[in-house]
Amino acid sequence: MKAGHRKERIDRGIKVRADEIFAISSYREILYLMGPRLLAIMGLLLFPLFRDVTGAYWQTVGFIACIIALLALSWNFLFSVGLVSLGQAFFFGVGAYFTGYFNHFLGLGPLFSIPLATVCGAVLCTIVIFPVLRLRGIYFALITFALPLFLMRIIEATGYLGGTEGISGLQRLPGLTFSVYVSVVVVLAVTFIYLRFFDTDYGLVLRAIHDNDMSVLAGGLSVQWYKAQAVFIAALPATFAGALMTHHYRIVGMPAFAMEYSILPLTAAVVGGTGTFAGGVLGAFILVPFSEMLRAFGTLRIVMYSALLLLFVVGLPEGIYRFAQRKYFQFERIVPLEEEKQ
Amino acid sequence: MNKKELLKVTGLCKNFGGVKAVDNVSFTLYEGESIGVIGPNGSGKSTLINLITGFLKPDSGTVLYKGKNITGIAPYKAVNIGIARSFQMVRPFYNMEAYKNLIVPLYSPRVKKQLKGGSYGDRDEVAIQLLEDVGFERESQIPYKMTGSLPHGYLKRLELARVLSLEPDLVVLDELFSGMSMSEVASTVPILERILKEGRNMIMIEHRIRELFRIVNKIICLNFGKKIAEGTPVEVMQMKEVKEAYLGSEADSIA
Repeated sequence: MKAGHRKERIDRGIKVRADEIFAISSYREILYLMGPRLLAIMGLLLFPLFRDVTGAYWQTVGFIACIIALLALSWNFLFSVGLVSLGQAFFFGVGAYFTGYFNHFLGLGPLFSIPLATVCGAVLCTIVIFPVLRLRGIYFALITFALPLFLMRIIEATGYLGGTEGISGLQRLPGLTFSVYVSVVVVLAVTFIYLRFFDTDYGLVLRAIHDNDMSVLAGGLSVQWYKAQAVFIAALPATFAGALMTHHYRIVGMPAFAMEYSILPLTAAVVGGTGTFAGGVLGAFILVPFSEMLRAFGTLRIVMYSALLLLFVVGLPEGIYRFAQRKYFQFERIVPLEEEKQ
Repeated sequence: MNKKELLKVTGLCKNFGGVKAVDNVSFTLYEGESIGVIGPNGSGKSTLINLITGFLKPDSGTVLYKGKNITGIAPYKAVNIGIARSFQMVRPFYNMEAYKNLIVPLYSPRVKKQLKGGSYGDRDEVAIQLLEDVGFERESQIPYKMTGSLPHGYLKRLELARVLSLEPDLVVLDELFSGMSMSEVASTVPILERILKEGRNMIMIEHRIRELFRIVNKIICLNFGKKIAEGTPVEVMQMKEVKEAYLGSEADSIA
């Protein structure tokens, strides 16, 4: 930038009033507002139909991106309530094992085992996490980090639920296109519901806990009880992701608690922008295909992947989503400083 | 006189390591009364309030509220039986519009049922009304601004609005006036007087003695965690112990 100048940011006319109120006066402006959203939604919905173009491999990548997106949505929800989770694999694995149990031991079809596992898994997760909800910040994060490892070792040591071999031969889903479609629709639905949800008064209370939990206490609300409800709501998409993936691959085993299900959603959320639901989804759909593309580089893959992460954390801490949003809704121009002195 | 006891504190103690923050403090608040708590910095005023409102658990001693033992009660439960407090260091929700701050207390079990239209009442409208009551200009942009961009005086009044939104029987204010400008203080005093007229009781920590004396009818003075004086404002200010605590004991030896 030239000396004696500064960058000025001005909201576009369409977004003059407030953060969420838009002044729309023409179809062109409506299109301007809806365009990016429609593009993303239509892109996701049409993606499974182009199997002939993309091939089954990239369809599967899309499916896994959706799974990670669901975990990232769950992570973002917890973050918005002031809980930083390092253990999304915990939710994922619990959902996966529940559906495996229901299908293998109780003989329930995927139509019942997946929803049942989603709810039961979320309830179990909430009960397990409830006692540590008093903890804040890094202490809570450490506990969630330990939980999936803990469960993994319990299953290994006791041999319960298939032990090291897992439960295989679960009932199949109709096919890849079906799985992709279900995951895409659920990602869109969860994003939409979460966004709406946070605008209600109840959602406001949850957001307030992130801001200042002492003040919520002084407002006459039990922080722990509301956090527990938040954990339940946040666990739902994550346990669903576990259940769906289990039925898709027809096997559940200890890898369901693998570290990658904790780390990938976290990085997706960071790259996309922490606390923004759409950002987490965006991050997942960038990171997962990117990491697949890097497979050609062999061992160097992790290096390049880490380098990208570093780049984002240092260069764009606000995340892609907020950055793009700002560029889209604001003009930027360079103005000389003297102008202000008048 | 058979006044009803609203709050009775007996032998309250709290140690932080070796420091006796509150040391055997007892007092009684009768209904219709208001108490001011004064004392030098670090004399345990805020700790005393934290003990009463449940933010800290006392080592010993009891707190009776309307005849019920509420010693070590959870803070949110204390609010729901009618004890609402403000914080000395303001604790608003910075990432929301100012009026949205009040949605949280309006969501509490105590207020939820009283709202017009049951739990479906329009909380936004009530919140704006409450903000107007504490001096946010209704027709202006201020209630709709992000809390993080408000000046400190408004944040203090937002604290007051949060307390009032809870419809408390006992209002506990921790240095409400600190950081307010003279004109802000002057415009807030009538609000507090109105609160008392509505039949609420008040415990008030304050360093602005003149305004405090206008509002409360009883003063407690703390020093090093001990209660050193209790009485009407005029009585307390003439006590030797209080003068010593504020001015130091050398003032006497010189004289």
